[in-house]
Amino acid sequence: MATRLRPVDIVIVGMGWTGAILAKELAETGLKIVALERGGPRQTDPDFQEPHKDDELRYAIRTELMQDVQRETLTFRNGAGETALPMRRLGSFLPGEGVGGAGVHWNGVTWRWLPWDHQARTRTVERYGRRIIPPEMNLQDWPVSYAELEPYYDKFEYMCGVSGKAGNIAGHLQPGGNPFEGARRRDYPNPPLPQSHAGALFDAASRALGYHPFPAPAANASRAYVNPDGVQLGACHLCGFCERFGCEADAKASPHFLLLPLARRNRDFELRTHARVLKVDLDAARRRATGVTYLDVRGRAFEQPAELVILAAYALNNVHLMLLSGIGRPYDPRTRTGVVGRNYAYQIGGGATVFFDENTWIHPYMGAGGLGVAIDDLSADNFDHGRFGFIGGASVSCMSSSGRPIQARPVPNGTPSWGSAWKAAVKRHYNHTLGIGLQGSVNAYDRNYLDLDPTYRDAFGRPLLRMTFDFHDNEKRMANHIADECVRIGEAMRGLGNVLQVQRGAPPARYSIVPYQSTHNTGGAVMGTNPQTSAVNRYLQSWDVPNVFVTGACAFPQNAGRNPTGPVGALAYWAAEAIKTRYLRRPGPLVRA
Amino acid sequence: MSRDSASAGRGVDRRHFVAAAGAAGFAGALPAGAPALAQHGGHGAAPARAAASPPPAGYVFFMPPEARFVEAAVDVFIPHDDVGPGGVEAGVPAFIDRQLAGAFGRGAGLYLQGPFADGAPTQGYQLPLTPAEFYRAAIREIDELCRREHDGKRFDELPAATRDAVLLALREGRAALATLPGATFVALLLQNAIEGYFADPIYGGNRDMGAWRMIGFPGVGGMYATAIEEHRNAPMAVEFRSIADMQR
Ligand SMILES: Cc1cc2nc3c(=O)[nH]c(=O)nc-3n(C[C@H](O)[C@H](O)[C@H](O)COP(=O)(O)OP(=O)(O)OC[C@H]3O[C@@H](n4cnc5c(N)ncnc54)[C@H](O)[C@@H]3O)c2cc1C
Repeated sequence: MATRLRPVDIVIVGMGWTGAILAKELAETGLKIVALERGGPRQTDPDFQEPHKDDELRYAIRTELMQDVQRETLTFRNGAGETALPMRRLGSFLPGEGVGGAGVHWNGVTWRWLPWDHQARTRTVERYGRRIIPPEMNLQDWPVSYAELEPYYDKFEYMCGVSGKAGNIAGHLQPGGNPFEGARRRDYPNPPLPQSHAGALFDAASRALGYHPFPAPAANASRAYVNPDGVQLGACHLCGFCERFGCEADAKASPHFLLLPLARRNRDFELRTHARVLKVDLDAARRRATGVTYLDVRGRAFEQPAELVILAAYALNNVHLMLLSGIGRPYDPRTRTGVVGRNYAYQIGGGATVFFDENTWIHPYMGAGGLGVAIDDLSADNFDHGRFGFIGGASVSCMSSSGRPIQARPVPNGTPSWGSAWKAAVKRHYNHTLGIGLQGSVNAYDRNYLDLDPTYRDAFGRPLLRMTFDFHDNEKRMANHIADECVRIGEAMRGLGNVLQVQRGAPPARYSIVPYQSTHNTGGAVMGTNPQTSAVNRYLQSWDVPNVFVTGACAFPQNAGRNPTGPVGALAYWAAEAIKTRYLRRPGPLVRA
Repeated sequence: MSRDSASAGRGVDRRHFVAAAGAAGFAGALPAGAPALAQHGGHGAAPARAAASPPPAGYVFFMPPEARFVEAAVDVFIPHDDVGPGGVEAGVPAFIDRQLAGAFGRGAGLYLQGPFADGAPTQGYQLPLTPAEFYRAAIREIDELCRREHDGKRFDELPAATRDAVLLALREGRAALATLPGATFVALLLQNAIEGYFADPIYGGNRDMGAWRMIGFPGVGGMYATAIEEHRNAPMAVEFRSIADMQR
């Protein structure tokens, strides 16, 4: 039986990016706040120090910083006609575990989403008519516009020390920046990182084709920087051990050093690590959360009563906790009703690999998570979709993030998988190859969803989350079109270096849970204006249980062709402000249904 | 908010270290395959910092027939040749042995609750076996297959070309084991061999960073914020560094 603890004002579940933003922003309220994090504590020193931090096997392959699926995983199937089976090993995505969450081991590519992404349905219908939207696609607008979120994007970027080049300051286009971005109030806090040769080749080739390349926005500080909160970031070393690793220099933005120390300034803030929340406790009518039940490091159950519960456990875990707790109506794909688990989406990849002769030096091991050059010409609705008949697009980029050899060993198609010929190819191409990648948007569909698995359980006896997901025709056509464009950019490098071969990386025909693709899972508890088609309102507040807020990318109605953490962070600030200035003054629904 | 400047200070030290090492050049005792180094722009011939002491010889997990099998398979995957070090001489079998004896082998990071079903390839690994159990059972079945089809000879008794053909047939599903999915096992074995070859030498493989030297990957503790522009599209003298080198 759970031991009942003394009530507190606010419980935050999870201490990653969003939990830490909420904890820090709410610190000044002086309220009694308890944050519960299922993993352990982490600090730059000693956790991420050289040399042990640069251990590819330990961190990138055995995924030491990520969710332990032995205890908690999910089941997966491509379609409702199949039996979902457990994801027995991490693969497709790598949710974080421990203080800092995935913010510790992310890459740091920090996009704002485009104004179009915030209004995808309205603008699609305006330009192409209703007929372009397939009946099984749930295309929805965000309930928050780009302009409303702009100050919070700015706040997140300045907190993180993003390195980049503005493309549009208050409506004025800036040379060298992204001409497609929404208007921003000011430039990035730090100049772009130094450019790699791969980036320079991509820049020149894409420019020659009429595209508009710019440095990818990176939360890897290009110089020592003190952020507006007074926190010091170091300059990035370009060590090439970034994604899946902690950062020894505090150059990669991470909540464990940027936010948590500020949250602790509130004497009534308490972080409990190794505290795994099993469910949110509700009153009998399921209209009010009374607190949460969690296990401590010894496995003892505690009931932590609270006036306000904030779910910040990552998109997938938030949806899991909502389903386990009975917050909101679960989605039923047969009737297309219910909201929790609805509109789960992901992203689709593809691209091109360009092989050069031995006089072209790429040095793939020099890199940072966000170091690269991108184009936005093929994103969202930045090109005319009329003749294609699909919706959506992709950011296309050439990233120099790592050359760690267990993972990064490009060889041409047709190379044997082992033996002397394989060795020779690995050696020959390692330093003379670059990749062009597309990160494709994925819309939401009636048959892609999350619910509870009827068979499998986690180590704590709870039903696993069940994911039913596959790629649809709209996305496959989009990704194949853009993969062809990636090949064209690769071909345009022929004049710039001695290109041996441009190899197309075909987008997948089916979604597989096995190879890593991205930790960009979205939807399942989407925000909206209508409780029939959204689980939370524009302030990320549950329609059904108004003293629960749900942060993270589970709020996105569909997925865009760019990394999610820019808007995830901005929305967390936006929700924190609404809680601080409105909810705490008068607890109750902030939007009338 | 002030953070202690320890990491920044240390960074400077590392930078001096890299610069000094670069000026002194690199090189030292190299395994076969040293041509790769010339390609990476070496000029000096100062001895490398002493190589990490090799792990103690012997196997923790493998029983003798298993050790013979794994050595024979690694020799097919990563043969000794003039491209670079062979997997066996690089310590890959010892790496796999230690991995199987440890947390990975015993099923860390693996959800092993039933019920079990084959599932679709998109659903990934679905066997009720830890890697250590899988190796033990699959090696037995591959040896049985070889004895049946190759005059009573075990896998390790076959010539290299035949061993290659056996592994390829299993991987492509043209040969079947008595009970286990041969393609799944060969994929795991290959993955572990590649891990051992390219992982930091601290795990027992990649001896003397031979695989890193072969391709020109400098290893750990790199600082390239200025090098990236200085060496844009140009070769660079590389000082190879492992975890143990930096811990000394
Ligand atoms: C390898 C990798 C690279 C990435 N690169 C990029 C990138 O370049 N750009 C980008 O925009 N995004 C990137 N991301 C995604 C980014 O990390 C996430 O969008 C972001 O961290 C999400 O913030 P969050 O607060 O929702 O979740 P997280 O930061 O993951 O935090 C969730 C926390 O909740 C805890 N938790 C979960 N369940 C419970 C429970 N039941 N009880 C208590 N605690 C719990 C977890 O342990 C975790 O610490 C990357 C992710 C990964 C894994």
